[in-house]
Amino acid sequence: MSATTFEAANNRPISHRSSMHRQRAWALWGSYAALGAFVVVFLVPPFYMLMTSLKSSAEISAQKGSPWIVHHPTLANFWYLITYPNFQTYYLNTVIVTVLTVVLSMTIAILAAFSLARMGFWGSQTLATGVFLTYLIPASLLFLPLFRVIGFLGLINSYWCLVLLYPTLAVPFCTWIMIGYFSSIPKELDEAALIDGAGYLQMLFRIFIPVAMPGIIAATIFAFTISWGAFLYPLAYLYTSNQMVLTVGIVSDLIRGDVFEWGKIMAANVLASLPPILIYAFLMDYYVAGLTAGATKG
Amino acid sequence: MADGTSVPVGVIAPGVVARPRGSMKKFAQRRSTIAVCLCLPLIVLVAGFVIYPAFYAIYLSMLNKKMTAFVGLSNFAFLLKRHTFQLVIFQSCLFAITAVVFKALIGFILAHLMHNVPGKNQRIWRGLLLVPWVIPLALSTLTWWWMFDPSYSALNWVLEELGFRAVPWLGVGWIARFCTITVNVWYGTPFFMIMYLAALKSVPEQLYEAASIDGAGAVQKLFFVTLPMMRNIIAITVLFSLIVTFADFDIVRILTSGGPEDMTHVFATYAFQVGIQSGDIPLGAADSLFMFPILAFAAFFVLRGVTRRSKEIAV
Repeated sequence: MSATTFEAANNRPISHRSSMHRQRAWALWGSYAALGAFVVVFLVPPFYMLMTSLKSSAEISAQKGSPWIVHHPTLANFWYLITYPNFQTYYLNTVIVTVLTVVLSMTIAILAAFSLARMGFWGSQTLATGVFLTYLIPASLLFLPLFRVIGFLGLINSYWCLVLLYPTLAVPFCTWIMIGYFSSIPKELDEAALIDGAGYLQMLFRIFIPVAMPGIIAATIFAFTISWGAFLYPLAYLYTSNQMVLTVGIVSDLIRGDVFEWGKIMAANVLASLPPILIYAFLMDYYVAGLTAGATKG
Repeated sequence: MADGTSVPVGVIAPGVVARPRGSMKKFAQRRSTIAVCLCLPLIVLVAGFVIYPAFYAIYLSMLNKKMTAFVGLSNFAFLLKRHTFQLVIFQSCLFAITAVVFKALIGFILAHLMHNVPGKNQRIWRGLLLVPWVIPLALSTLTWWWMFDPSYSALNWVLEELGFRAVPWLGVGWIARFCTITVNVWYGTPFFMIMYLAALKSVPEQLYEAASIDGAGAVQKLFFVTLPMMRNIIAITVLFSLIVTFADFDIVRILTSGGPEDMTHVFATYAFQVGIQSGDIPLGAADSLFMFPILAFAAFFVLRGVTRRSKEIAV
């Protein structure tokens, strides 16, 4: 557009401009090429997971030809898993644990974030920082003493212990995300609500939760991811297959001794990875926004 | 909504202000009581399942194996003398530091590449690159294990096709260490990428324009504009990732279970082996307690730097 006006006036800027333009185009294509290479490398394991899941046990044990492609695709592994009662149990347990964890974590996080971001009390600032610092005490430090605590509560080998423990992993970050979103709501809004005679809970439900919905979605996805994929706690506390969740169930059930049924393991991986992948495919933007909002602000 | 509610503010507000002091005080008191109540679930959760177990771990670590007698610090002394545990300390640091450095570097490069790509395509590329991070780590590590499989390894097949010799991926100490780090880098890089991408977008365009007017090249822009503007986010992301990587359990547990010859054990997997599998909870607790001072040390310096820099910006 502006190039034509320049053309009339003077010849030199054009060549300069087009070389700039060419440089930009090169940079763009270079970026695409490099990104493409990275994407290929990064997607190798998921691709191989999918390929193996479509192979029959016979094809895997034959060890002939390229392992990277399927010669005789079959859905037998998936069919086996879908009709395998243990796998159904793992899936159901994971869904129950995840839903309860998400509900519990979000309730705790929203109430606390509302209080910390808006109401405040003696020591609330310290609490807000302190909660986040609990990540300095990771699960791999806590699982041994918690083994005794869970044993005391009588919840060893019961997936209910996960419903109690997973929120400790999710709540600090969820609270942090929610504090960020709640603080960005203009103060006039809740002053107005207070004056109109709204109670604090009414204010939370009528104003804060609807306005901070993107933050709630982001925090929910975080809690979901944590509880869907956690491995250490269920591995340490669950023993029998009727209580196991997917991550541990796949590792301990489908690997019997030295027999690896890789086709089935990979098919189970695909089935277990589907819910997170679908959720991210649709809600990724919220998640990324929520994740980065706090960091770029601070 | 904002318009509708903002009208009464001016109308009724004087009434509130005119309230006698006593009721105002009561109002504030009631307010903080409710505030504490709303925080109560959080406090109970953190106190019950994080703070209390953390102190309980300290107590446990000073008991003997059967948890019948108090033995002071002898568990710690025993661990420090043990060759396996010296390996654990070295490997945990090697694992965490190498992995975080590579994640930060590759994430930085990816964020820059992504920043060059126009907005609409960016979403697709970002989505594709986020896949490693989305799949539950325990499951994708299983896939990696299958790729490293000694008998029918997909990676060895490629090497052999290219005329190289097969590599015993998880069978030899240093190669196994390399493998665990690779899986962690693969898994964690997308997190760095999206954090850095957000940071890059938050750098004002004028700064770059001003820099080019002053004659700065691309490298100078990177070192004198981009990096200083991103320092806080880089610091926070590195700290967060360092904590998660240092405490990582899934990768080593599934890929090698600490082998070969304990050359890949990290604090978490060693604590699991000693505490759950051998049933020596006190020794396992002592092992995992070593993580805290190291993490707290790192956090202290990173967070001190961050608050100092934010204060400089605020001033």
